[in-house]
Amino acid sequence: MGLDIRLPIGIIFSIYGVILMIYGMIADPSLFQEKSLGVNIDLWWGLAMLIFGIFMGTLAFRASRRSES
Amino acid sequence: MQPHFVDYAIIAIYFVFVLGIGFALRGRMKTSEDFFLSGRSIPGWITGLAFMSANLGALEVMGHAANAAKYGMYVNHFYWLAAMPAMCFVGVFMMPFYYGSKVRSVPEFLRKRYDEKTRTLNALCFAFMALLVSGVDLYAMAILFQRLLNWPFWASVVASAVVVAIYIYLGGLTSSIYNEVLQFFLIVFGFLPLAILGLKAVGGFAGLKASLPNPGYAHTWANIWHAADNPMGVNWVATIFGLGFVLSFGYWCTDFLVVQRGLAAKDMASAQRTPLIAAVPKMFFPLLVVLPGLVAIAYAPVRQLLWDPARGVYNYNQTLPIMLSSLYPSGLLGLGLTALLASFMSGMAGNVTAFNTVWTFDIYQTHINPGKEDKHYLAMGRVATVFAVVVGIGTAFIVLQFNNLMDYLQLLFAFFNAPLFGTFLLGMFWKRTSAHSGFWGLLCGILAAATHYILYHFHYIHYPSDMAANFYQAIWAFAVCFSVTVVVTLFTEPRKEEELVGLVYSLTPKPKTSELPWYERPSIWAIGILALCAVLNIIFW
Repeated sequence: MGLDIRLPIGIIFSIYGVILMIYGMIADPSLFQEKSLGVNIDLWWGLAMLIFGIFMGTLAFRASRRSES
Repeated sequence: MQPHFVDYAIIAIYFVFVLGIGFALRGRMKTSEDFFLSGRSIPGWITGLAFMSANLGALEVMGHAANAAKYGMYVNHFYWLAAMPAMCFVGVFMMPFYYGSKVRSVPEFLRKRYDEKTRTLNALCFAFMALLVSGVDLYAMAILFQRLLNWPFWASVVASAVVVAIYIYLGGLTSSIYNEVLQFFLIVFGFLPLAILGLKAVGGFAGLKASLPNPGYAHTWANIWHAADNPMGVNWVATIFGLGFVLSFGYWCTDFLVVQRGLAAKDMASAQRTPLIAAVPKMFFPLLVVLPGLVAIAYAPVRQLLWDPARGVYNYNQTLPIMLSSLYPSGLLGLGLTALLASFMSGMAGNVTAFNTVWTFDIYQTHINPGKEDKHYLAMGRVATVFAVVVGIGTAFIVLQFNNLMDYLQLLFAFFNAPLFGTFLLGMFWKRTSAHSGFWGLLCGILAAATHYILYHFHYIHYPSDMAANFYQAIWAFAVCFSVTVVVTLFTEPRKEEELVGLVYSLTPKPKTSELPWYERPSIWAIGILALCAVLNIIFW
């Protein structure tokens, strides 16, 4: 179909992951005490999303290389 | 709820990507087949995830979280009893007819198997409902964002409707499917932390069980036998036949909104695998939906927020928004809201793409303007898209005036699917079923559902709960449709067998699966899914 959906998914999840991690690092820690039971969930969930984003992006990248060759 | 700049940034990025996907697909829409059926070229895992997401409207996500807080784990039946067997059935037995007969829509299948009037009846009912439901999605989203973020009602209605219109106009069904896949991952990543944080808050699964207000809430099956024992007020007959058989098979096997995803697959094997792939994540969705609902009622800080002291009742409909605002810090909150927004928008988009296909092929091309060149119908699909979105906006404002209209719409929807499954079952598996019988069976089934509804609404018949009334209504509609179709068939001429090849089970060569490796065969998938589902039922008995 030309456009590989894994590419936009990989990019948007990587962007979200980075945003969440940065926000988790700079936000006032009392935010996480008050809301998420003391867990810095933004930092950890951002990391999980970044890993998923890179994984999807890699799949799309490899598929595009294969179809070119 | 106080959203921060970072939350708005996350929502804005989502809008940019959704429109970007539409623009990237713009140049690929050359024929009507590209626009309405994605050129039948999409891999199975994508159509599978889209199949599951098309069903996963935000109304369903929020509704089942609310039901879980209200009724406990009994809600699991909507997933494990209702969805799993029906999804396996449509993949193994029905997809070969839909995909193999090369029809472009569910009504078109009815024309091939029965006749023109059966198709037109179904097409009109479906087009009407798809338009109204897309408006209801818009309405529900705008109300939610008005309450959570103080966005003006009209602004969220118009903004999301315009975005949906643009991306479907550009990329047709492919846009819709791609956005559904994106939505699927957003929902998983947006709601999984809710389950994790929720379990941590109540002290794991054991802690959850201990703090539930009623021990029955922790069981799926234990209270099924008598309506009086289970909180939903439905007994085993209504649950197993009404929900597990008629409603679920009617929805998963005949609703064009989901079936259309299978038709877009690139080959028969992918089409058959579409519902089976969808069934795997669907099986685990209670983790994302039912569990947060249970936590909401078990965890005291959230339960207090649910309580409405003015009316002295729990505000169950607010379960999911309250869980989000109490456990999510800024950042994650933006992600959770984006997941909700995505599922409202793709719910609407699914209805719009199904509508424009049925309108263009089954009504416009058949009755109004046949015999034009393909380009004409492609253009008509785009016009129909804009029309559907405008009507959707109008419906959203009408629903705003009459709040309870939404319940009626959901109910009307149930009128059409339950009898339709009878028409399909007989048409596909009994070759004697005659051409006339489909129309009369369907019509009488719809009338039976309407009659039952009127009798219940005006208190001539009584049920322990509205849910029970819904389940029995489906049973009646199906039974009437089935019997009328059989009786009319016995008094009319059967169709010639050679006309029915590819449409009836006993006259159609089975798709060859022996060449596929065992792990790609639909029947093996179905057996595996049902076995795993049985294990889950036993664990959460």
